[in-house]
Amino acid sequence: MRSFRSVALAVAWRGIHNAFTNPAILVPSMLFPLFFFTAFAGGLSRVADVPGFDFPAGYTAFQFVFVFLQSAAFGGIFNGFAIARDFESGFSRRLLLAAPRRSAIVAGYALVALVRWLATAAVVTVVALVAGMEVLGSGVELTGLLGLGLLLNVAALLWAAGIALRFRTLQAGPLMQVPVFLTLFLAPVYVPLELLDGWIHAVASVNPATFLLEAGRGLIAGDPVEVAAAFAVAFGAVALFVVWALRGLRSAEAAG
Amino acid sequence: MTRPLLLQVGHLARRSVVRTLRQPVNVVPSFLFPLILLAVNVGGLGAAERLPGFPTDSYLDFALAFTFMQGALFATTNAGTDLARDIQTGFLNRLALTPMRSGALLLGQLAGIVALALIQATLYLTVGLVAGVRPESGVAGLFVVVFLAVLVAIAFGAIGAFLALRTGTGEAVQAMFPLLFVFLFLSSMNLPRDLIEIEWFRIVATINPVSYLIEGIRSLIITGWDGQALALGFGLALAIGVVALAAASLALQGRLARS
Repeated sequence: MRSFRSVALAVAWRGIHNAFTNPAILVPSMLFPLFFFTAFAGGLSRVADVPGFDFPAGYTAFQFVFVFLQSAAFGGIFNGFAIARDFESGFSRRLLLAAPRRSAIVAGYALVALVRWLATAAVVTVVALVAGMEVLGSGVELTGLLGLGLLLNVAALLWAAGIALRFRTLQAGPLMQVPVFLTLFLAPVYVPLELLDGWIHAVASVNPATFLLEAGRGLIAGDPVEVAAAFAVAFGAVALFVVWALRGLRSAEAAG
Repeated sequence: MTRPLLLQVGHLARRSVVRTLRQPVNVVPSFLFPLILLAVNVGGLGAAERLPGFPTDSYLDFALAFTFMQGALFATTNAGTDLARDIQTGFLNRLALTPMRSGALLLGQLAGIVALALIQATLYLTVGLVAGVRPESGVAGLFVVVFLAVLVAIAFGAIGAFLALRTGTGEAVQAMFPLLFVFLFLSSMNLPRDLIEIEWFRIVATINPVSYLIEGIRSLIITGWDGQALALGFGLALAIGVVALAAASLALQGRLARS
């Protein structure tokens, strides 16, 4: 257990230090959610006037939840890039040789993802509050929203780690990003599920990300819906992608 | 244009077109990604048609114009990355030893962008027509849409070339992609400017030239022949193109003088 913890903490310290001392790594992951928040909450606020749109906390809070969860998912993906970069530079191979508990390497990267995302989430939240976002949820409900974000962040990191460990090159970046991007954008991003028509309604209805979004929006509005289903989806994704990432680790070990 | 210059442009244009179309990794996303975003936006924002004052009863008609802008954005990074590779591999330095004129390099480089933009515009229009778009400006309007889309791609491509010549690295050009993306999102891409509720956003969209490029193409689809929208669209595309080409030309001369 001690060797697991020491490897995980060493990997985490290195990743956190790299991220917070290199603006080229940190700034894009902070700017992207802010940019999406500005474009969606600012440019599309009139969408709240569409007949049938009824979200008591307002359109800014409606979009904040999407951007909050999106930043969690992409925070995980950005750390997948870091893993791939470590393989390209040869660092990961040396790490695999040196680490007594190799699964701790994945845990270390997950810690980096969590710390980086918490910083991003804090910035996005402050900007949203300054922009006049209404929060109707209680402390417990907001903790629930944060919990969903944390689980999504870890799940996305494990997904990206599985890809990075199998391909061991940054060229696999689109493979990490595109499925997550599509899953998130095929959910009710701009309007509630009830206002979607046609094929996108059918897809969004079965999209697991829809549960996360609807639960998150319910929590910030103080009117929780689908919370159990959302946590089941989030825990399920973490469990599934733990296996995916650890098998990726075996693949990296086998490749030498 | 003199005959030797034409010959030089022709050779470099052929190289640029072949090189662009031979890279599926660069070409395929520029076809697919804008169409995927179109599908997602039309599905997700279709309800906006019900807003009072929305200019058309089909969000697909409204959103199609943005697809061309996104395609042009890919042209920017393609042009820039290709030119940066020429700088990094020393191709540009070897060219500098020949009697080639600097203008030929820029014009030839943009030929690949023209080819890509023509294919993109035709694909986007075809998908739009199949999905039910019926342009108010008729068949002639379709040709004007393609022409304006190509002009915009050349203008954006010239920006990409300028960035490549200034920085000399493909990574730097790629890093500019998010910044250019911001210009697209802070425009009237998703809603007409008069329906943007937040004042500062409406002001930014109003001074953002990308809004007028989008509105020029959009007018042909949802309005018909709108002289003002077309004049602004063509005028700004030409202005951006001329300024970017001039800047790229100066940057090229500076780089050749150093080599």
